Amino acid sequence: MVGGRVGRGPVSAAALLVAACAFAVLFSSPVGAATAAVEVDGGAAQGNTERISGSAGDVLEDNPVGRLKVFVYDLPSKYNKRIVAKDPRCLNHMFAAEIFMHRFLLSSAVRTLNPEQADWFYAPVYTTCDLTPAGLPLPFKSPRMMRSAIQFLSRKWPYWNRTDGADHFFVVPHDFGACFHYQEEKAIERGILPLLRRATLVQTFGQKNHVCLKEGSITIPPYAPPQKMQAHLIPPDTPRSIFVYFRGLFYDNGNDPEGGYYARGARASLWENFKNNPLFDISTEHPATYYEDMQRSVFCLCPLGWAPWSPRLVEAVVFGCIPVIIADDIVLPFADAIPWDEIGVFVDEEDVPTLDTILTSISIDDILRKQRLLANPSMKQAMFFPQPAQPRDAFHQILNGLARKLPHPESVYIKPGDNRLNWTAGPVADLKRWK
Amino acid sequence: MMKSLLPQSQLRRSAAAAASAAAARSSGGASGGGGADGVSSDAGAGGRAPATSTFWFLLHALCCLVSLFLGFRFSRLLFFLLFSTTALYSSTSSSSSSAVLRATTTTTTTTTTTTTTTNTFTLSFAAGSNPPPSNPSNHSAALDDAAGHTQSHVVVGRHGIRIRPWPHPDPVEVMRAHRIMERVQEEQRRWYGVKEPRHVLVVTPTYSRAFQALHLTGLLHSLRNVPYPLTWIVVEAGGTTNATASLLARSGLTIVHIPFPDRMPHDWADRHATENRMRLHALRVIRERKMDGVIVFADDSNVHSMELFDEVQKVQWMGAVSVGILAHTGTADQPRLSEEDKQNMPLPVQGPACNSSGQLAGWHTFNSLPFTGKTATVVGEAAPVLPRGLEWAGFVLNSRMLWKEADGKPDWVKDLDAVGENGEEIENPLILLNDASSVEPLGNCGKKILLWWLRVEARADSKFPQGWVIEPPLEVVIPAKRTPWPETTTELSSELVDTKPDQEDRRLSRTNRSSRSRSTTKRKEN
Repeated sequence: MVGGRVGRGPVSAAALLVAACAFAVLFSSPVGAATAAVEVDGGAAQGNTERISGSAGDVLEDNPVGRLKVFVYDLPSKYNKRIVAKDPRCLNHMFAAEIFMHRFLLSSAVRTLNPEQADWFYAPVYTTCDLTPAGLPLPFKSPRMMRSAIQFLSRKWPYWNRTDGADHFFVVPHDFGACFHYQEEKAIERGILPLLRRATLVQTFGQKNHVCLKEGSITIPPYAPPQKMQAHLIPPDTPRSIFVYFRGLFYDNGNDPEGGYYARGARASLWENFKNNPLFDISTEHPATYYEDMQRSVFCLCPLGWAPWSPRLVEAVVFGCIPVIIADDIVLPFADAIPWDEIGVFVDEEDVPTLDTILTSISIDDILRKQRLLANPSMKQAMFFPQPAQPRDAFHQILNGLARKLPHPESVYIKPGDNRLNWTAGPVADLKRWK
Repeated sequence: MMKSLLPQSQLRRSAAAAASAAAARSSGGASGGGGADGVSSDAGAGGRAPATSTFWFLLHALCCLVSLFLGFRFSRLLFFLLFSTTALYSSTSSSSSSAVLRATTTTTTTTTTTTTTTNTFTLSFAAGSNPPPSNPSNHSAALDDAAGHTQSHVVVGRHGIRIRPWPHPDPVEVMRAHRIMERVQEEQRRWYGVKEPRHVLVVTPTYSRAFQALHLTGLLHSLRNVPYPLTWIVVEAGGTTNATASLLARSGLTIVHIPFPDRMPHDWADRHATENRMRLHALRVIRERKMDGVIVFADDSNVHSMELFDEVQKVQWMGAVSVGILAHTGTADQPRLSEEDKQNMPLPVQGPACNSSGQLAGWHTFNSLPFTGKTATVVGEAAPVLPRGLEWAGFVLNSRMLWKEADGKPDWVKDLDAVGENGEEIENPLILLNDASSVEPLGNCGKKILLWWLRVEARADSKFPQGWVIEPPLEVVIPAKRTPWPETTTELSSELVDTKPDQEDRRLSRTNRSSRSRSTTKRKEN
């Protein structure tokens, strides 16, 4: 399980941000194919933010309305509403994006009631809402639930069979996405649910060359409650006097009593190497001033846990603390829209013992530039799922991502002789009826 | 909750875990129990016939016992070395230390989605101190030929915990980190702090006495830390003295040293009045010279926080801050306050009071009732010294308020010449205003106390070396016949005996008296 952090609520943009007035100085980016070019603007006035432009271009501020149409399937409430009604904790935990995405789409301008006009089809299935008493979601019934939903909509509407799901998208925010398991080895063993082989998946998990990340998936940030973070803002001229900050587990004695499995040993390595280092303010405590402390720090560590993603990234971005991402091959949210390597610091897990050297040898210009990028209000907006939705928030970034995949190539439509979906693939237990 | 992963503890823990985990694993079967090697044991255990399962169970139990003894998961190593289907065996030779044994085993399994996944297990057993960093990087990149999927070099499973041999911080790096933080804070101040820093004019009344160097040095250091351009206007009672001048010259600040003709009186009431006149004199000088900036009244014995100077940048015309009042008692025997007094003892704060909408509604003043009759009258007396009504230190002015003509000068400000001419008591700066309600409350509407008011003084006649330099130097002449030790005790006793002048001193004494000895005892020559 990731960390154990409980999910939180919504925010208003204006209060969070320093208005971005002008643009920073020229910067050339050395880049490979996948990374970003920061837009150059000769505007010259001193600004404390900088424009963000990812590999897909300057797309954070795009408006998806008018660029795509989404048809929302009206599935029976046993797949969505009834589940939330049974356990409203689902609205607050970090997987709540699936619920809020549904609600957003129902009242969004991109929604169309005419499926013939739709570019994308959305099936609202809340697969991450079967919670233990402690509040952690159990994924064991999720494959059956998804399968049952797909069976339902393939029988009732013809659009699934037309493309075998290639123009459908699903929100699967669980630990390893559509692999539907919290343990990595089991998740890899299961792989992505065969029925979703052609669909687009909107998920929080992202790791390169991993079974559970399909080509063309859209990575989103975990749900974080904007109001809660908003309530803990401190004046921005409070000097940042903590160098490195982290709060969380280093060892997971409950699930990993031997040690060495949790976080691939990276968090334990952090603790053993830096527990006595005065520059590193790291511990397992849960202080009441957690958010305030993040605003007083220069670097915030975002190491992997059981899964590589974590709400810490969202928190670090919101509070202007440079995220130090320690997770090999991780794919961060909206990676094509946000140039994460310009904004955060990426450290290989094997380099953790030399983390202090790495962080202190970053040039001060880079650090100031990263802080300017983080101060950009579009950046912070894109990480949130506010209620009600606001322009440039995460919902819109998801729609932008979907819009960038349009127009659909011809291959989405199933032609005779094509490889059809195997409805009986996967573990035998998954084929049982759900409810 | 924190456990160290040094092998000694690992021995103990994994022993316990090995037994339970191993048993679970062996009975787990295809879908794998809680163990992370469920995937691998699939490959191994999948094809076994049920008849031999007891045999495997016994073998496994034996391995568990061996593990208990050895301290690591021996059974797993055994399984994979002997029974895995496609095994790529690569063993990395151990380092020079003979106590280190490392074995790397790689197995491959094919999952349903035609992707090759590789699990690498690394076992390291070190009898020495820290386990050497083990790198489970994947040697089986060569195996990847299935489905053209690029092999991830991130390996699932158990990893070693990398600890570098010298985990302490490098001082050079620490300095670099501090420089980074300084630079970041500077940028923060530039973006979010005060945009146009205004000049600060600090007005301090002072006079030469024992505690002057103490107070002025403290104030001097505070002012040196103020990040804004500053001018220190020091008004000295009894005319300027060299001692004060040399102290101020060493400060490195811009100083305006103004003499005030009257000497400072010895009792507190008069001293307060004189100080007020001195401040007014300084204000007149500011007005004459048309000095521009924010006027802060810093008494030399007060203590100021740096936030005060940040806060005063925001003042428009006249502001008020909260002052913490430290009524100094001086002696060990505190005035006995009755229980009732203790109950009614308010917070020792003077400053603006706001209503709920953040407007100035009144003033907090220091309640001096519990101290009636017990306060000091003479400077240097060992009794509490209390402030008057509202102290000047709690107010901040915009110097343009004092000028004869200034743009935007509000009409509720009296002309400075009209104040204090008739010798009236100038208790606090509110006297400069026609209308006291336009004062701006600073410091989060007076909630934050930005400075502390304190009066600590020695008796007026207490001696101290001029300029705190001892001139001429002390001389101690000791007779050759005797060791110094008795002399020093004599010296001490002679000081004690100072209070009993008529008593004969029978102890040994020095032949020569020190120049500083004031003993009047009869001394016996030996």
